[in-house]
Amino acid sequence: MSRGACPSCLSRALLLSGLAAHIEKSVDGRAGERARDLLALSDEELAAAVAPNRAGQALGKARDRAAHDTVLAALEATGCWSTCPHAPSFPAAFAALGASGPRALFGAGARIGLTTLDPGRAATIVGSRRAGPYGREVAHELARLLAGAGIDVISGMALGVDSAAHEGALAGGGRTVAILGAGAERPYPRSRRHLYERIRTGGMAISELPPGSPTFRWMFPARNRLMAALAEVTVVVEAAERSGSLITAEMAIESGRQVGAVPGPVNSWRSSGCNKLLAEGAAVIRDARDVLELLLGPGASMTVEGGRNLDEREREALEAVEGGAATAGAVAVATGLESGMVQAALGALERAGYVRSGPTGRYSRTALGHPG
Amino acid sequence: MLARTRTFAIQGIDAVPVDVEIDIHRGLPAFSLVGLPDPAVRESRERVRAAIVNSGFEFPLKRITASLAPADLRKAGPGFDLAIAAAILCASEQIPVEPLELWWLAGELALDGSIRSLPGVLAMAERAALSGSGIAVAAANAGEAGLVEGAVVASLRSLSDLAALARGELEPLPPAPPSVPPAAVDLPDMADLRGQAALRNALEVAAAGGHGLLVTGPPGAGKSLAARRLPSILPPLTRAEAIEVTRIASVAGRPPPDGTLCGRPFRAPHHTISPAGLVGGGSPPRAGEITLAHRGVLFLDELGEFGRTALEALRQPLEEGFVTIARARGTVTMPARFQIVAAANPCPCGHGEDSPRCRCRPDQIRAFEARLSGALADRFDLSIAVDQPTAEELAGDPGESSAAIAARVAEARERAASRLGPGRANASMTEPELTLHAEPDDEGSEALAAGHASFGLSGRGWSRVLKVARTCADLDGSDAVGRRHIDRALSMRRRTKE
Repeated sequence: MSRGACPSCLSRALLLSGLAAHIEKSVDGRAGERARDLLALSDEELAAAVAPNRAGQALGKARDRAAHDTVLAALEATGCWSTCPHAPSFPAAFAALGASGPRALFGAGARIGLTTLDPGRAATIVGSRRAGPYGREVAHELARLLAGAGIDVISGMALGVDSAAHEGALAGGGRTVAILGAGAERPYPRSRRHLYERIRTGGMAISELPPGSPTFRWMFPARNRLMAALAEVTVVVEAAERSGSLITAEMAIESGRQVGAVPGPVNSWRSSGCNKLLAEGAAVIRDARDVLELLLGPGASMTVEGGRNLDEREREALEAVEGGAATAGAVAVATGLESGMVQAALGALERAGYVRSGPTGRYSRTALGHPG
Repeated sequence: MLARTRTFAIQGIDAVPVDVEIDIHRGLPAFSLVGLPDPAVRESRERVRAAIVNSGFEFPLKRITASLAPADLRKAGPGFDLAIAAAILCASEQIPVEPLELWWLAGELALDGSIRSLPGVLAMAERAALSGSGIAVAAANAGEAGLVEGAVVASLRSLSDLAALARGELEPLPPAPPSVPPAAVDLPDMADLRGQAALRNALEVAAAGGHGLLVTGPPGAGKSLAARRLPSILPPLTRAEAIEVTRIASVAGRPPPDGTLCGRPFRAPHHTISPAGLVGGGSPPRAGEITLAHRGVLFLDELGEFGRTALEALRQPLEEGFVTIARARGTVTMPARFQIVAAANPCPCGHGEDSPRCRCRPDQIRAFEARLSGALADRFDLSIAVDQPTAEELAGDPGESSAAIAARVAEARERAASRLGPGRANASMTEPELTLHAEPDDEGSEALAAGHASFGLSGRGWSRVLKVARTCADLDGSDAVGRRHIDRALSMRRRTKE
């Protein structure tokens, strides 16, 4: 088994875990900046900054635990590995973060994958935890088609857009990497445990924090910098104005990466963050092709899926759904078609994959392209 | 001296014979009552005493013992008053005994000797007719008793009338002409539901096939309005069914105006109802909402708010058409064949996840959906989403009236009945019947197969889609189940994880 993280880096990781509560107190509000600044400090500076009265104690404890192999035992028990900048397997992409880059990394999934992580062949997809059907659908389809084209999909396994992106990548038969805010050995949120298991099989789950770390809020924007660094392009799918995913976008820009955003309805609070990014100059992302062009240069082509041909009524009904009609009644009003015909058209459209219906029976448009 | 009269107790929705025996002995004046009487029955003694005296009779100043048999049946309510008073008058030889042996007696006594009406008289009259004897009831109950074919009814206003009956001086009522169930004209009409074409359509399909319907939509979309109009498009009750419904209403103390029959009931219990209130219970067992909804519609507004035990209790009656309430002394069975309609919001705030106005958190939405999908998930063949009506829809023409829709529904129902048997609807088809009657044609089968991958429906889910498709075909007047019918049924399916 090749070398894991060295004791000095391990000790750093344990220090972060041990001082987590203090760091949380210090961070006070502007989590993105403060956390990153703190993480750029050396062990001694960090301890002095967040826990001046206990600095010596905290440092000593971290070094002891690193020396006594307890961490490595915990890693082995959960099937996780570790690495650090001193090991050959450490992803070069993190060099872009400079002093605030991660030291030890802990992960689950095929470790060999670390060596093949290439920002030029990866896309980070982030967005709101409270995404609606539109955001989830778009994230899923983007990820699916990108993965199918050999692009790694990086995200944070949060509810909403992140989960949809991981699911899409796995459905597309590609690799997906989840950067977790808590330890890598368990799913967080807990409700994502099935997804977590599949990510371990079909990719990797990585964390800067050792197994058994407590979970604090500062850890999430902190991990966002890792997501931004691992891929050449960060895509924000559906984000409200105060969404944490916008921090990821900011960090991407600061690391010299590109940012894209998916536009949304201008009267929807859900897309207000994305639309703002676009107004400020982010690339417009309509589909996977737009992402590929950012990554590989203009003219990057890929086959776009289309579905079967539609008859007149089905086309009209589809247009109505695209225009926002979510119920059979609304489609009937928009098209003027008789309701029995509307129902038949919607049933046929759903069969063909152009629309899908939620648990209550409301319809939404899928990403399946129009035929021809 | 000993005397006996006959009366009834109500158990569930049936009348159970009760014998009233009076024994009068020399001794210190006392009046005791045995036979597991409830407080109202115990108070009979006061009412009977006053009524007898105020009617000009003598109340025997002796030792009186009243026994209500069978001894181990709990007796409830004031309905035994008349029979008790009659037995006392007979035992004290103030009125002749033998003529009263041909009559069942049922009524509450007022202190002045007049006779008050009771719930459940229809059920009693049915039993009386079966036994070949007549029934003497309060004048206010006489019309109801007369609904029973073959019943001989005496209408009594007071104890004096009872005495006249005993002396052979009172004639029973002439048999009433058989009454007809009320026409649908008095029911809320579908024309009131403006726009909402898909909702009207779903109601029509529900009515034509007897399918359970779940309507999901924001407040103000017209879900409750629509549900209340379902009875108006259902076929009229047969006379036998109407008698059944009237009997139940009578037992519940809600009989229709004198001598008329009930139409299809519409019951809408609040979501805080207990399981016993919903399916029946209590001691003695009383009819629940589902029995009060027999042959009609049970509407559950805010389905997600109903208690889980209450909803689980609905499962078996929905399947079997009756409910059984077990007690230590035996079981009581009550009919409960109803059509179910439910309404729900799409999410806790009511607007729906895809609306810009929805501010629910994802975990709130998931919890809400989980509660809803657990609620009788497999009992709704139909599920549709609705929006609030637009301004144009509200300002537009009234929709098609119930009469027109009811005609189509009746035709479709007839087609189903000709295949399955009288009174049966598509929703009740068994698997073998589905194979026989609902197999789609070539195009339809292709559509089904194509849909298999997209929909992730279980075997039961597909059976439900076929049932609904069969109903859509019936409404279309088509013998074959085609692609259009399959697609329509798919668009109205219940979408849950099963």
